[in-house]
Amino acid sequence: MSHLASDLHKETFVLNMGPQHPATHGVLRVKLVLDGEYIVEADPVLGYIHRMHEKMGENRTWAQFMPNTGRLDYLSALSYNHGYVCAVERAAGIEVPERAEVIRVMTVELNRISSHLLWFGAYLLDLGGFTPLLYAFDDREQILDLLESVTGSRLTYCYFRFGGLYNDIDDNFVTGLKAFVQRLRSRLPMYHTLVTKNIILMKRLKDIGVVSADMCRRYGATGPVARGSGIEYDVRKNEPYSAYPEFDFDIPVYPEGDSMARYMVRMDEIEQSLRIIEQAIAKLPEGPIMAEKAPKIVKPAPGDYYQAVEAARGSFGVRLVSDGTNTPYRLKLRSPSFCNLSLFAEASQGMLVADAIAFMGSLDLVIPEIDR
Amino acid sequence: MAAVEQVKTALAGLESAKVAATAYGKKGFHLDVGVAPDDVVAVAEIMDRAGFFIEAVTGVDWLGEQAAKAAEAKKKAEAAAKKAAEAAAAEGGEAPAPAPVKVPAPGPDEMEVVYDFSHYQETCRVAVRTRVLRSKPELATISAVFPGANWHERETHDFFGIRFIGHPDLSPLLLPEDADFHPLLKDFKA
Repeated sequence: MSHLASDLHKETFVLNMGPQHPATHGVLRVKLVLDGEYIVEADPVLGYIHRMHEKMGENRTWAQFMPNTGRLDYLSALSYNHGYVCAVERAAGIEVPERAEVIRVMTVELNRISSHLLWFGAYLLDLGGFTPLLYAFDDREQILDLLESVTGSRLTYCYFRFGGLYNDIDDNFVTGLKAFVQRLRSRLPMYHTLVTKNIILMKRLKDIGVVSADMCRRYGATGPVARGSGIEYDVRKNEPYSAYPEFDFDIPVYPEGDSMARYMVRMDEIEQSLRIIEQAIAKLPEGPIMAEKAPKIVKPAPGDYYQAVEAARGSFGVRLVSDGTNTPYRLKLRSPSFCNLSLFAEASQGMLVADAIAFMGSLDLVIPEIDR
Repeated sequence: MAAVEQVKTALAGLESAKVAATAYGKKGFHLDVGVAPDDVVAVAEIMDRAGFFIEAVTGVDWLGEQAAKAAEAKKKAEAAAKKAAEAAAAEGGEAPAPAPVKVPAPGPDEMEVVYDFSHYQETCRVAVRTRVLRSKPELATISAVFPGANWHERETHDFFGIRFIGHPDLSPLLLPEDADFHPLLKDFKA
């Protein structure tokens, strides 16, 4: 037997995870070089749903690009609407009425909760637990109904306008929102008892996919990925925009850097978003929802401008270059999942394939936003 | 703002660096740094030491900018010559024969590469920009300093054809694997 054992040489093999794998939530392929069940090398292959939004931006007016922003990250489309309108408003010097700003914050936070709820359901589905998805979608459906009543769409929103909003909210929306906040508040403890304290979940997430704070910095990770690695960074606090300075909320930070930490960050963020929504309902000022002086045709002064907002997955940045005409000269979209995924290759080395699924799910990837 | 001061001091030692503080409320970033393409790695190291993280790397194609500048200079010179001639005529003197207006020929077109840096602890955004010749778009990679720049540079190569010397893998990232076109070039026609 001994000579047989000495003849055994290590052999690696290549496994394609995706592009049609349920755990990648979209069309992402990861080329894995495996040694048995362990990952030697992981190479994400992108671009399956690349649509070249940045070139589209150069071929239409500033306002015409608005619908595109809702199609980057279709799970938190309002944050992307928000980032783009803020960038153009900054470039063109448009002031937004206070009521519009508060409604923007309110709807964006509602959208953030729906995004986190979908992530929660889908992530547990990846890990083999089917039921939580049904609970999460039940709650998420309420948000979609609410947002549909005011924005007109359920997923790919195009609700904001340069200088304000497309539509004002009504009493029905406020009543429904109050009821929803109460409902989700009462259901969150159930989520925690049902899922968070589940021993199987803990064993699958604790110490899996540890990302150090320094790795986050070298790869430019933001959002819950950075906050799960002990970095207290949130664009809403670090570079306050819109009406956020007026709101009182905390940034959940967990220092462990593992999948459990990222899970906890998102669950806590749902609570913080509920807090912001409650405050927004309480302080909703009367007044116009569109700036009176908002120009019909926007022509920002020549130059370049940057605006970052905190989307559900991290910092979404818009870099605009204007040549003073009614179309953008250059429009760069910096998407958070793109950077968050780029650390996967380094962080997943030596990991079991099953753990890599748990790790990748905890990054909360949305592929259309990576591929743009 | 310790990180900003650290960066400013370090950049002062770099000959090609032109540092300008910008109005954050208007532009969205605090520092605007122009450098020569040879110095991008040195700048990345400075940003790394100051604890910044990389937001994005991207390009801007300035096709026609030099020609537009030259045309504007010519227009200005012609207007000045006309004014001088009119002034001479108004004085009653014989109008001198209009001298041919001399303007330098437009320079070669350029492409800009922009690196956006930000900081976790301090509110500080730095835009670093450099320019390369459109006919020879080459500069060094910073992916050895910031591994996160790897994909950003690959994307910039996809879209603009800018070659990052020393980059481990410049194969198409978002475009099809056999793509030989660069869609964000201003003279790109589908």
